[in-house]
Amino acid sequence: MPLELEVSPYHYSQVNRILREAIEKGERELVLRGVNGHRYLLAGVSQSVRVEIYGTPGLDLGAFMRGPEIRVYGNVQDGAGNTMDEGKIIVHGMAGDVVGYAMRGGKIHIYGDVGYRVGIHMKAYMQKIPVIVIGGKAGDFLGEYMAGGVIILLGMNSNYPERPLAGLFLGTGMHGGAIYVRGKVKESQLGAGLKPYPLETEDEKILETHLKDYCEDFGLNLSDVLKEDFLKIIPYTHRPYGKLYAY
Amino acid sequence: MATPQFASFYPDFYIERLWDRCIKCKRCIKECTYEAHIWEAKKKTLLEDHVKCVGCHRCEAFCPTKAIIIKRHPAQFREHALWTPWFIKNIYKQADQGGVLLTSTGCMLPFKNYFDHLVLDACQVTNPPIDPLREPMELRTYIGSKPEALEIEEVDGRFRLKKKLPPLIKLEVPIMFAGMSYGAISLHVHQGLAKAARDLGTLYNTGEGGLHASLYEYGANTVVQCASGRFGLHVDYLKAGVAIEIKIGQGAKPGIGGHLPGEKVTEEISKTRMIPVGSDALSPAPHHDIYSIEDLRGLIFALKEATEYQKLVFVKISAVHNVAAIASGVVRAGADAVVIDGLKGGTGAAPTMFRDYIGIPIELAISAVDKRLRAEGIRHRTSIIASGGIRCSADVVKAIALGADAVSIGTAALIAVGCTMCQRCYTGKCPWGIATNNPELLKRLPPEVAYEKIYNLVKGWAHEIKEMLGAMGINSIESLKGNRDKLRAVGLTKEEMEILEVKHAGE
Repeated sequence: MPLELEVSPYHYSQVNRILREAIEKGERELVLRGVNGHRYLLAGVSQSVRVEIYGTPGLDLGAFMRGPEIRVYGNVQDGAGNTMDEGKIIVHGMAGDVVGYAMRGGKIHIYGDVGYRVGIHMKAYMQKIPVIVIGGKAGDFLGEYMAGGVIILLGMNSNYPERPLAGLFLGTGMHGGAIYVRGKVKESQLGAGLKPYPLETEDEKILETHLKDYCEDFGLNLSDVLKEDFLKIIPYTHRPYGKLYAY
Repeated sequence: MATPQFASFYPDFYIERLWDRCIKCKRCIKECTYEAHIWEAKKKTLLEDHVKCVGCHRCEAFCPTKAIIIKRHPAQFREHALWTPWFIKNIYKQADQGGVLLTSTGCMLPFKNYFDHLVLDACQVTNPPIDPLREPMELRTYIGSKPEALEIEEVDGRFRLKKKLPPLIKLEVPIMFAGMSYGAISLHVHQGLAKAARDLGTLYNTGEGGLHASLYEYGANTVVQCASGRFGLHVDYLKAGVAIEIKIGQGAKPGIGGHLPGEKVTEEISKTRMIPVGSDALSPAPHHDIYSIEDLRGLIFALKEATEYQKLVFVKISAVHNVAAIASGVVRAGADAVVIDGLKGGTGAAPTMFRDYIGIPIELAISAVDKRLRAEGIRHRTSIIASGGIRCSADVVKAIALGADAVSIGTAALIAVGCTMCQRCYTGKCPWGIATNNPELLKRLPPEVAYEKIYNLVKGWAHEIKEMLGAMGINSIESLKGNRDKLRAVGLTKEEMEILEVKHAGE
């Protein structure tokens, strides 16, 4: 039996303390109900636990975490997966700004739209490759300063049909990793020096692996997702500012 | 015809070789990482490429027969008060290469140095000075947020605090080591700083480069930094030290981030920063999760939650125009200490324009922040840690008298391990083995040597501080904090004295 907790009477620090104590005692399944803006849930937790959240978690859900798998039935506020290390965040709704900032491992699956500055400065190292899949659309600065990892933008499950797939400054200053976009983006939306490329076989494999996992999380049909062509945005150099200085 | 490179025509330094002393042992060639000494095989003699000399004095120091003198190059441009060689040569460099001028260390311009316009008091006749050699003298200070008031209760005839105090960090000497990343400086310097901090009872700071595996054992004396690039930042790292410093800015380059060039990202650096070898390590100008004081509060408490309120959170800002108001916001956001780095604060690499022209002197910033926090009734909620141009123990005493709780030293610690201020840290070729991680150059400064020098410096300063306190008739550094009555100005304007809250000498 998972630990069920109605969190509405509690401050976030109390909720986190209860969760940590439960995890310390060996609890591995947690269900939180009545979540309403509670910040920092599971921040810094290093155990592999499964958490279901009903409601809207506040700032920095799972920040710095290393291991938990969090499934949110609702939307999430800004900063989900901030500097997260390992684990997974699945959001059956929308997400705010700066999702996965400086994320270094694990996965974030968002069903719907995301805000601004998502996946900024994600980085990969050896076997640790962080992945963000966005089912809806994204605001400006997606993948800015990206140093590694994978961002996949689908633009399918959006609440904003009038908006473009991605905002401006897509991938500005990126020097590692790859951004895959289902559909088209204008070159004018991309950061300076970047270009969209068609996929290669290797990319298709990467996409299929991650999208299969994504579709399983939300009960979607992989073939529907793969119906449309993807394009890829990768850095033109690992040293975007190498020639900036006079010595 | 190749385009002439004007900058290469005019060397800064002149390598003078005393031929009656030179034994052609080629030690100079071995020591010089900039290849300014050349062996002319045909003529079996040594040559100099003066343009390549950066003035680090390594060859001069290590020449076994003392046959080398490094001087300013005697060639001169015609006098011009405005168009000095500095500006002329910088323009040549930029015209040659078309880039941003890059440099190292702190502001080199002769802006008024307020420390040099402040003198200290001493007891004469009416109250006796204290001799620290025969009476207790306390340099201990506590960093962190203090409660509004202490509530004391009596239990079984013994007094105790009613509420537990928030975590505080005990410093045995009010001198900490400033954030300098592993990457900017060598692992050996980090090891020396860490060990010196432990033996001195103070803290060193990882800077933004993560924490090398060999340094986790110094946790109780470590501040780990969380800067915008979030390099090597994971839960174990956050929990490794006693405090986490959110680096918003630094005095040498307020308003911009940092670029560790790919050349400096070696195998070991790559492991600690957790980025691929040879890749640029780019720290964005802002933390992209902090666009306001509210956002800063967001990150402060994210870090506190992630470390279960066991760690203090410092926020480091550079001293800029509105530093007092910013510091007030930082304190209200929940920072246990506000670290202020002034105009003269150093760096391994900064654009020259930023290093020299952006930010305000630390002395004014300390006083302004201290005054503002007192006026708002929140001074007790935080500690002020000041840095940027602290050159001697008297500077430390003055900074504390102006309102700081403690200071950090960076450049002074590096000079202690042999730095000659050649200001070329950004090349990664530091011939003294300080600002480099080249495996061969590293060996020039073993960690034990770094430790000994840094330890000695702070030990010397600590004793000087005790002597100065004693002379003032004070027996505890806490009694000096914000005690501007112990300061007098010499040659400052009324406005400057108002900001510093000091009287003029003679008043």
